[in-house]
Amino acid sequence: MANSYYEKMARINLTTGEIKVEKLDMELAKKFIGGRGLGTKMLYDEGVATVDPLSADNKLIYITGPMTGTTSPSSGRYMVCTKSPLTGMIACSNSGGIWGAKLKYAGWDALIVEGEAPEWTYINIEDDKIELLNAEQYLGMMSEALDEELKKVHGDKASVLSIGVAGEKQVLLAAIMNDKDRAAGRSGVGAVMGSKKLKAIVVKPSRSNLEDIIYDMDALKAANKECLSILRANGVTGEGLRAYGTAVLVNIINNTGSFPTKNWQESYYEKADDTSGETLADTYLVKAGACHRCPIACGRIVNVNGKVVGGPEYEPLWAYGGNCDNNDLNAIDEANMWCNEYGLDAISTPCTIAAAMELYDKGYIKEEECDGVPLKWGSTEAIVEWTKRMGNPESPLAWLMSSGSARLCEHYGHPEISMSVKKQEMPAYDARGIQGIGITYATSNRGGCHVRGYMISPEVLGLPEQLDRTSIDDKATWAKIFQDLTAVIDSMGNCLFTSFALGAPQYAALLNAATGTEYTPEELLVVGERIYNIERMFNKAAGMKPEDDRLPKRLTEEPIVNGPSKGQVSQIKITLPQYYEARGWVDAFPTDETLKRLGLDECVGK
Amino acid sequence: MIEVRLFATLRKDRGKILYLSSADFHTGSEILAHLRISEEDVAIFLINGFHSKPDTEVKAGGCPCCFSSGGRRLI
Repeated sequence: MANSYYEKMARINLTTGEIKVEKLDMELAKKFIGGRGLGTKMLYDEGVATVDPLSADNKLIYITGPMTGTTSPSSGRYMVCTKSPLTGMIACSNSGGIWGAKLKYAGWDALIVEGEAPEWTYINIEDDKIELLNAEQYLGMMSEALDEELKKVHGDKASVLSIGVAGEKQVLLAAIMNDKDRAAGRSGVGAVMGSKKLKAIVVKPSRSNLEDIIYDMDALKAANKECLSILRANGVTGEGLRAYGTAVLVNIINNTGSFPTKNWQESYYEKADDTSGETLADTYLVKAGACHRCPIACGRIVNVNGKVVGGPEYEPLWAYGGNCDNNDLNAIDEANMWCNEYGLDAISTPCTIAAAMELYDKGYIKEEECDGVPLKWGSTEAIVEWTKRMGNPESPLAWLMSSGSARLCEHYGHPEISMSVKKQEMPAYDARGIQGIGITYATSNRGGCHVRGYMISPEVLGLPEQLDRTSIDDKATWAKIFQDLTAVIDSMGNCLFTSFALGAPQYAALLNAATGTEYTPEELLVVGERIYNIERMFNKAAGMKPEDDRLPKRLTEEPIVNGPSKGQVSQIKITLPQYYEARGWVDAFPTDETLKRLGLDECVGK
Repeated sequence: MIEVRLFATLRKDRGKILYLSSADFHTGSEILAHLRISEEDVAIFLINGFHSKPDTEVKAGGCPCCFSSGGRRLI
């Protein structure tokens, strides 16, 4: 029966070179949808939680959702699921572009990569054909050049996923890149790929659509039509993101006094407008860019010193900008470009530079450690040069910084300076001025992250309704719902940005049309809750402790010193117990009753 | 004095920051009308960093911020 899955996965053992075709467990697919949910469940079942993340025992699952590659809006997403070497917990890193859709067109729902190749290898996929090829000649290449080189070999219709030099060196902030400048950026997934000596995965399908496997094409067309209509009518998805990209948030967040500045020592940046979406549009923007079937087109294509490249999202604009006390937009564009070229997380990398700048400012990092590029606040030379050094570390300080701010600050005896959760850096929204986002930071299963429950939507953008950002009333419940719905969207293969306009009823309509399921919106949220809980159980098995659900002391003990939110601190000590109660958790983990209610009986007692 | 900050497409033909006399304007709605900005074209309206309705009073020294949603209608 057509159900938007090919019901087929490839298990690729890089140690032995064996490639096995396996049938997708459709019972599991029903319970976990695909993408993030199904990938995490497979990792949990295969015992990955307890392995060394950079050993041959870790596994990398590249997995699509049932909507990936379909005609539904913004449906180019795939997930990389693995155990993170940065956090030691679950890593599910999500990317757009076209690679995920092409993997699906080639007939694969997922690739499970195991072991460690004896020599540098890349995988070439042409529909049913999967082959392992030597990649030694591609070592040291930048992302864009590698993309072009592999297309010379495999043709322009091929799509390339790869790691850069950072991944080769197993830098803990290494991303996986695809289609030149799209990134599965977070949690060090690129380092895992590097540990397996896997340089790239090239996909060249003969199909260009999924019409042969859609359950009800007419119903999908009707659901698409409704969703597109809603997306176009919505101010954010219909106009705002295309005009200014996510960078439109710079001025919005700054003017709420929740724009972390100088490594979160301040929360309002006087020069923020110099780095805003409005300024970008007036200066370096060449055009908007879009992923597969995306009507939103939030991507920025910019001119960096004469070269046209993928531009920064809001988070790197903030992290290289106000968070480093820097208002030079060209330098931010360039540093962001180097993140893409070296294959680095464009959030954690600049956040770690900001932490290093505070360590330097306070005298903990000495000038003689900086190899001629002092880590001074606002130094454009520092943000560009240290990004390159973190992408290809050689000096002791570059190696330390490339391991993220938590390890860096711990090394210098000041862990309080790392603005991270579970050793992953928090993004661009101060949880002292916006209370709900702090709950999702603290409880994110993959560490500090804004896209595991984007509370900025209701607390700042007023979507679906305006909440008081400074209030804690009902925020725990809102955070849970946003986390659960996000888990659904990530598992379907649609882009989270569609959720600025769409809600659970629209996602249920899309999924039911494509797969033949009969989910109600309420049932879909229960699936999301199940996914959030299996992630939590993975983390429990990996050794997570209740105290890992915490915010840095700066957010709970140091009131904001300037701007509109002056005087505020995070109320996480009040909201966290409320959140656990809403989830049916005790001491950060699901009770047996909760696990049974969610159909996770296999986790009971563990 | 009131410092009015405009963002996104609301800046077109108006500028980024405008200073208005607090004696002449008492609410956000009055300011928007003066600037010929339709309230429905304002996606987010802040006064001193806090979400407000346009009919909220704006006091001397206040800082209203107006964000359009992208604003094809305004171009």
